[in-house]
Amino acid sequence: MWGIIRQKVAAGGGSPVARIRPVVSNLRNYSSAVKQMMVREALNSALDEEMSADPKVFLMGEEVGEYQGAYKISKGLLEKYGPERVLDTPITEAGFTGIGVGAAYYGLKPVVEFMTFNFSMQAIDHIINSAAKSNYMSSGQISVPIVFRGPNGAAAGVGAQHSHCYAAWYASVPGLKVLSPYSSEDARGLLKAAIRDPDPVVFLENELLYGESFPVSAEVLDSSFCLPIGKAKIEREGKDVTITAFSKIVGLSLKAAEILAKEGISAEVINLRSIRPLDRSTINASVRKTNRLVTVEEGFPQHGVGAEICASVIEESFGYLDAPVERIAGADVPMPYAANLERMAVPQVEDIVRAAKRACYRSVPMAAAA
Amino acid sequence: MALSKLSSPSSLSTNILKPLTNSFLLHRPISTDTTPLTIETSVPFTSHQCEAPSRSVETTPKELLSFFRQMATMRRMEIAADSLYKAKLVRGFCHLYDGQEAVAIGMEAGITKKDSIITAYRDHCTFLGRGGTLLEVFSELMGRKDGCSHGKGGSMHFYKKDSGFYGGHGIVGAQIPLGCGLAFAQKYSKDETVTFALYGDGAANQGQLFEALNIAALWDLPAILVCENNHYGMGTAEWRAAKSPSYYKRGDYVPGLKVDGMDALAVKQACKFAKEHALKNGPMILEMDTYRYHGHSMSDPGSTYRTRDEISGVRQERDPIERIRKLILAHDLATEKELKDIEKEVRKEVDDAIAKAKESPMPEPSELFTNVYVKGYGVEVFGADRKEVRGVLP
Repeated sequence: MWGIIRQKVAAGGGSPVARIRPVVSNLRNYSSAVKQMMVREALNSALDEEMSADPKVFLMGEEVGEYQGAYKISKGLLEKYGPERVLDTPITEAGFTGIGVGAAYYGLKPVVEFMTFNFSMQAIDHIINSAAKSNYMSSGQISVPIVFRGPNGAAAGVGAQHSHCYAAWYASVPGLKVLSPYSSEDARGLLKAAIRDPDPVVFLENELLYGESFPVSAEVLDSSFCLPIGKAKIEREGKDVTITAFSKIVGLSLKAAEILAKEGISAEVINLRSIRPLDRSTINASVRKTNRLVTVEEGFPQHGVGAEICASVIEESFGYLDAPVERIAGADVPMPYAANLERMAVPQVEDIVRAAKRACYRSVPMAAAA
Repeated sequence: MALSKLSSPSSLSTNILKPLTNSFLLHRPISTDTTPLTIETSVPFTSHQCEAPSRSVETTPKELLSFFRQMATMRRMEIAADSLYKAKLVRGFCHLYDGQEAVAIGMEAGITKKDSIITAYRDHCTFLGRGGTLLEVFSELMGRKDGCSHGKGGSMHFYKKDSGFYGGHGIVGAQIPLGCGLAFAQKYSKDETVTFALYGDGAANQGQLFEALNIAALWDLPAILVCENNHYGMGTAEWRAAKSPSYYKRGDYVPGLKVDGMDALAVKQACKFAKEHALKNGPMILEMDTYRYHGHSMSDPGSTYRTRDEISGVRQERDPIERIRKLILAHDLATEKELKDIEKEVRKEVDDAIAKAKESPMPEPSELFTNVYVKGYGVEVFGADRKEVRGVLP
């Protein structure tokens, strides 16, 4: 019906706004004024537009209806679409996720919200065994056009059981697509793409980004706007070191790039957007240009997203590396509650700056054991 | 046991309790008075697949006074926690228990510290009931060294294993199979003790509850599942989440009891009864009809899904502390002034604990890497920058 719109990124200049050519010929004249939009609003508008466009799309989860959403992402949707399409579920993830997947088997297009992805662990069997693998096992008969979405990773002071990042876990599973937006443009474009996609998509948002505002162009605001799955975005062009990140960490990486620029290091920041499929070609092309890599993520380091990126670069672009690859990740411990310990457990801008400098041989190598 | 129905309040006063009207000279020994008293619960118990215990509960003036003091402490503590959260000294999640104090207090009165309790994240008062201190509570809430988890757990992760309190759990429903596991171990070790696994009406629909209950019934585990039914699972009323909100009946073949959870004496009676039952016949469900005055957590105003009239109505008609106050006054066990003095003392204790907790330092940075394992085999562990901050797990 609507189709995925190809994104054409500007060849130079590194403008944060993607230039989109709508498939549907449109005589509307967009004003060049740039509007600010909160990520929360971006997600809400994406859900609204997709539900309006396709009657098979429905939303279910805890407090999504009458409460207007635990984080207000689904505000106004119950009033607009009614209780048949916006369903408040009991606190029973295994049950309602299975029900969602079953509805997708039959041909509907569920959006299942997890209040946080920590609770998705109660339902992970259905995400992996019932959703991810079905198209393969049935040789194409049973496709699962479902989206699992919700906040992922650390918030502020929520402790060990509520701060886990699941990007690496879900991204290791064939049959799943895993997306993680940073800006409002990402949120809108990727969620719309996810809902339109015929395969199961895990959509990892971030609670601390919900209230952040980003500039959005008229193209982004158009209801036909969509971003491609599997393509990373170069948020900031550079030539000395490649920094890869996703979700909230993109913001920290951009701040680190500012600091590095003042010290004469030009960092290229890649916003992965898509964890699976991983945009290996963009990452490798970047490293072949800069010759240095720093991967940054919030999740645990072992077997993480950064580990996969490092392996990919070493496999594809070994000859281009001028320095060992660097990984910044969450500390290898359950998330502590105390504020000072929590700060040490999560990547900070200084960590990214330090690792980038190491990769550029601009600092004292390897500190002694703590 | 002897049942003495209340004819008139003063008829139960013994010689010891005869009011000494010129008592300014003598201190009435109410706090140590163990003269038995029999009180009727506010409402009868409703039972499922078993015979309900009697409505007449044995107690003493000492016990009633201690109920009053302890519940007043819990109430004050939760209200103080609200202020600390708004002052941003407490971060993350904070789920308050005010209104539900009678469940924690009544339960403690009916069991021993050798029995185990496990609950979800609304755990501050349960921790206090198990013998935790106000300093440990406030320090933990503020993420300081003197907290019961040394600042590493936070509001939802209080524990006190030495008096049978196993936490403090963030994932809805998870504590129920864990509680049945505690009961399994108690039976395995022949300890003649029981486990109370507490959960809310929101968790009552979790599949893992029924899985664990089935096994507990099959294996005759001394597990008592206690549904603290405050009628709202976050913002969802019980009738919107459960086809059958008669949680005490949901065990089907497992007996159940419905209890007025705002009546500490009824809770005590039910827990005593349940413990006896569980030791002989296996699991049981207790449904405590209770109410929380605050919203689900500090980020929920609690008034978008229920009316302010409902909240103030419960506060007026069923408040657990007021009930005990009325009982104490009706039986002439203390004067209004004495009770107000207790409340003043409690307020001071809470304020002192907060002041002391504010002085408690944050945990040492090295604590980031402690207690990951019991036995770490010298494995390397990394901070956010693995080449900058690393340690060795002992």
